[in-house]
Amino acid sequence: MAEVLNIKAEEVWAILENVKDPEIPVISVVEMGMITGIQISDSPNIACITMTPTFVGCPAIDLIKKSIREEVLKLGFDKVEVMVDFETKWTSDRMKPEAKEKLEKFGLAPPTILNDEELTEVQLNKVRCPHCHSTDTTLRSAFGSTLCRAIRFCFSCQQGFEQFKPI
Amino acid sequence: MNNLAIKDLLLKMADDALIIGHRNSEWTGIGPILEEDLAFSSMAQDKIGHAQALYSILHETFGEADADTLAFKREEKDFKCCQFVEQPIGEYDFSIVRHFLFDHAELIRYDMLTLSSFQQLAQLARKVKGEIKYHVMHADIFVKKLSLGTEESKARMQSSLNYAWHMALGIFEKGEFEGELASENIFAGEEELKKRWLEKITPILEAAGLKVPLTEDSKIVYGGRKGFHSEYLKPLLDEMCEVVRSDEATAEW
Repeated sequence: MAEVLNIKAEEVWAILENVKDPEIPVISVVEMGMITGIQISDSPNIACITMTPTFVGCPAIDLIKKSIREEVLKLGFDKVEVMVDFETKWTSDRMKPEAKEKLEKFGLAPPTILNDEELTEVQLNKVRCPHCHSTDTTLRSAFGSTLCRAIRFCFSCQQGFEQFKPI
Repeated sequence: MNNLAIKDLLLKMADDALIIGHRNSEWTGIGPILEEDLAFSSMAQDKIGHAQALYSILHETFGEADADTLAFKREEKDFKCCQFVEQPIGEYDFSIVRHFLFDHAELIRYDMLTLSSFQQLAQLARKVKGEIKYHVMHADIFVKKLSLGTEESKARMQSSLNYAWHMALGIFEKGEFEGELASENIFAGEEELKKRWLEKITPILEAAGLKVPLTEDSKIVYGGRKGFHSEYLKPLLDEMCEVVRSDEATAEW
């Protein structure tokens, strides 16, 4: 008879803070709002984690799944399952406030709040430059170096910068 | 729920996304300016992601082969993409016009599908819609910029629009299961989609100073949805599948 470990969901949430988004290595998958559920069974000791991707075609998904599995296994589970589904839709509003602060320090302007509304000019403008904090900026291209980034330009410090785009 | 009808819908959507995704990726490295190179490359990645998600539903829910097998190991006649997406990228004006016509149809299709009684597809549609909005926004900006640009750019845009028109209408080729899809509230149908698409794109084209071509039903390019393709699909598949075919037994992804 296998030993009952009694690992709590809180411990899983805590250890998941160690799993970062490989394209933005300062933010964890929890802060990003990608984890949508954790289920634990004691006999046998299995953790089932559900997650939702930021972008459907995000190439980092397999790597993130693998990192989650490896990290959570450290708690002693016999098996860790990571499921990806779209039941909960990821939007940039799921990103926690502390994640947005870290993004800005990382040099990436955080996404503007959408509140499930249609994308409008307002959300695409009024974006603060992560270098000089001016809001006198403009969208240069909705597509950048990764799927989640847009390219912007700051008129105040005359620098180009990237934004995590609101989606 | 009518499985055959859903499978048919999923497959044609996935094949459209895969093939237009591959075409978009052909601009990688040769885009007219860096931002456009990145735009088409990003959209390619999005589209191929959408194709993969749709193939995965076919695999996981309906027991079809896995996404890689569906993408890389089928015969040309098994593909259900419309002929419009198969066409070569041509010059930038054609790529922009196709991107505009195709992505507006995609956005409306996914918007309609957010209400689908097939929950898995409705959930995916809610997600994909947010991504395609950016594609449509990009297309609208460039249609406007190029059409209101110089005499040459305007002439090129009109000529590409005329050339693309009857192929674009082939997107809405009806499948075998239109009735079943509508009566079971899975998808309201190609006719309804076409109607909404025309209502949406007409004012944008007119505001850009372009003439919406007259539709002659006999010229609409159908066939793709039934596995009949233009001469451009086979070479595309040969190129896309070259690596996997070179080492089918041991290739790992």
